[in-house]
Amino acid sequence: MKTANLITASDFCLYHNVEHNFINLLQEAGLVEVSIINQTIFIPEKELQKLEKLTNLHQLDINVAGIEAITHLLNQVEKIQEDMRSLRNRLRLYENETE
Amino acid sequence: MAFIDYYKTLSLTKTASDKDIKNAYRKLARKYHPDLNPDNAEANKRFQELNEANEVLSDPEKRKKYDKYGENWQHGEAYEQQARQQQNRPGNYGGNGGFGGGFTDAESFGGGDFSDFFKSMFGGGGSRQTKYRGQDYNAELHLTLLDTAETHKRTLTVGGKNIRINIPAGIENGQTIKISGHGGAGVNNGPAGDLYIKFFIANDTRFKRDGSNLYTNLKLDLYTAVLGGEITAETLTGKVKVKIKPETQNGTKVKLKGKGMPVYKKENEFGDLYLTYDVQVPVNLTEKQKQLFEELSKS
Repeated sequence: MKTANLITASDFCLYHNVEHNFINLLQEAGLVEVSIINQTIFIPEKELQKLEKLTNLHQLDINVAGIEAITHLLNQVEKIQEDMRSLRNRLRLYENETE
Repeated sequence: MAFIDYYKTLSLTKTASDKDIKNAYRKLARKYHPDLNPDNAEANKRFQELNEANEVLSDPEKRKKYDKYGENWQHGEAYEQQARQQQNRPGNYGGNGGFGGGFTDAESFGGGDFSDFFKSMFGGGGSRQTKYRGQDYNAELHLTLLDTAETHKRTLTVGGKNIRINIPAGIENGQTIKISGHGGAGVNNGPAGDLYIKFFIANDTRFKRDGSNLYTNLKLDLYTAVLGGEITAETLTGKVKVKIKPETQNGTKVKLKGKGMPVYKKENEFGDLYLTYDVQVPVNLTEKQKQLFEELSKS
């Protein structure tokens, strides 16, 4: 049987000093996935790092709508950086050819 | 060790209120936070400076001490010690034996993210329980193309510690992977930073790489190009037999499916190997061969 590591949302909120509603809002915005078992909200281990990152933004006084916009932009930045790296490598092929 | 103007760091003046400090810090932190500036070492450095300035200016005790001594911070501890000695022993007008002492060995407090100036003045990570994430570390790893043909493990020494990492097959030049929690230790039980490893892949083969595809030229003798046949082609990890169609033209490109590089983080998926035929015209012909070519040209 496959097992998963979970942390309760309450523990997370306590440790990071954030209100419980913040996690609800992130979940509603589709920014994190949570598991609900026996009416208790759990955060899967795979979501923890992402949630910590979003919490960092929240602690900079950025609201959930702002966090959502930033997340989309960061995803785009990541894709552009990835494309740029790939194009640089391709460019190297031609540069080596002309040397 | 130079004096650091924390007010300047936060674009404030000395008269700034607590609210001004908080607002200035948050505003600049939104600009330079590492999560908002991926792969930007300069922003990361600036964020550390902001944290340090905020640590001092938002703590009334630290701010008072900083304001009191300002650029004379190097003598601050000594002045205080002397003042204490004079208070305790009013009759003692003796020397200044306390000068130069009193600075704490900051490293023992684990305040690795703070400047030497901060450590000298405040002695490490600070007395408050503000949690700070540890510093992110950046490292470089140089590999050859052949090294990246298979997933393997490597041991790296980062910050005096050995870390065994898994290097997925197919990693590309310039790619960065993050090892969570292997950066600098957090301050006041804050989480540890992350380790970013940037890969530099040197091509030690005769193949050209574009993503997971490989490209190479293959010499083909004229007779096989004209009549067809079978030749052996080298791949990254071995050799394969390739059938040549009759009347193959110079510069023809063929694809050997699945004979390229492994696709990054996709098990058992491979790119393709492209061969471009470079038909070789025979040289040093014998008289007989010349005659045969002449006959051919007339036919």
